[in-house]
Amino acid sequence: MRIAPLVGACLLGLMAGCKQKSHNSLPILGHREPVTKVIDGNTVTDTLYHSIPDFQLLNQDSVLIDNHTFDNGVYIANFFFTHCPSICPIMQRNLLKVYEKYKGDERVRFLSHSIDFRHDSPAVLKTYAEKLGVTNDQWQFVTGSKADIYNLSDSYMVYTKEDSSAPGGYDHSGHFLLVDQDKHIRGAYDGTDDTQIQLLFDDLEILLKEYE
Amino acid sequence: MRNHYLYTCAALLSLYLVFHSCQHEQAIRTAQYAVNGQKLYVANCQNCHGTKGEGLGGLYPPLTDSLFLNTHREQLACMVKNGLSGPIEVNGQVFDTEMPANPALAPIEIAYLLTYIGNSFGNTMGIFSLEEIQAALAACEADNR
Ligand code: HEC
Repeated sequence: MRIAPLVGACLLGLMAGCKQKSHNSLPILGHREPVTKVIDGNTVTDTLYHSIPDFQLLNQDSVLIDNHTFDNGVYIANFFFTHCPSICPIMQRNLLKVYEKYKGDERVRFLSHSIDFRHDSPAVLKTYAEKLGVTNDQWQFVTGSKADIYNLSDSYMVYTKEDSSAPGGYDHSGHFLLVDQDKHIRGAYDGTDDTQIQLLFDDLEILLKEYE
Repeated sequence: MRNHYLYTCAALLSLYLVFHSCQHEQAIRTAQYAVNGQKLYVANCQNCHGTKGEGLGGLYPPLTDSLFLNTHREQLACMVKNGLSGPIEVNGQVFDTEMPANPALAPIEIAYLLTYIGNSFGNTMGIFSLEEIQAALAACEADNR
């Protein structure tokens, strides 16, 4: 259940990968649909790729940000909560490494969604970000209504669920999603796995080359 | 006179042997505890405190501050068992985040864990015996009453 969307995404990714001979471009992950249009009397079939829908969320400075905050660059998204006792510290330690490498480079941004809409107010997120060592607005920490966050996590293909039996009260997957300028997901990485993090570092460079 | 000398020698030698084998046994036991402790550390603590005990920024304190650990030796078992909150100073930096409790850890597991931490990351605290942990836990339970 939890891994089904990701497995699906990976399979699609693999299929897309097969078509492209070169390893120097990343696949577009997720659901895709053919759309047929008639242009100048000719029938043209185009592909509609899965993309992140528009959103509006409150950040650590209590400012409403939206998808345009991430225009003109790529970003890495994940889902966490501040008092998460299990996988989040590992994820955030790893994402911090990526942040530190690209700090000051506006082509790369970071977006951490809190799934604990009860406890993680902007003030709590602000303190957390400062303690983690985030000193500029390149890395946004956001909160929103339960519906907003949980619907968004579906579009990022990340499993999130309120679950009193899970450590900290929430069950979720620790993936990082690499999102391009067109809001397409170009890579999914297990944020707790060192080799996957290395892959993210490599893929990020490949993606940035697309915009040079 | 000559006998006297031999007796002293023999006594010293046997003392040395007893002492040496004791030390040897102690070293083996410490190593054994530390090996068990490492597994528990990876499963329960490493996510926050890091593979090298380095902690994470201002969120999670490092376990490399021998001075802090030595001066809090008696409290460590209760910190691990019951968690910790409120400001503390580690490595010259103030931390104030909540560490969750570990109610499921048995006293012997806490002994393993602290022996591992106390003899890794640059610390040299020797073994934490089961007796030491039981006494420390009993003391903080008495405080909480
Ligand atoms: C969810 C993150 C987290 C986990 C998991 C965790 N700790 Fe901690 N630990 C903390 C925080 C935060 C503090 C500081 C608490 C404070 O500010 O009062 C701390 C403090 C400590 C301290 C005292 C300060 C220092 O750094 O020497 C020790 C010892 C310690 N933890 C050991 C452990 C052990 C052993 C485990 C595993 C059984 C563990 N911790 C698991 C977050 C964690």
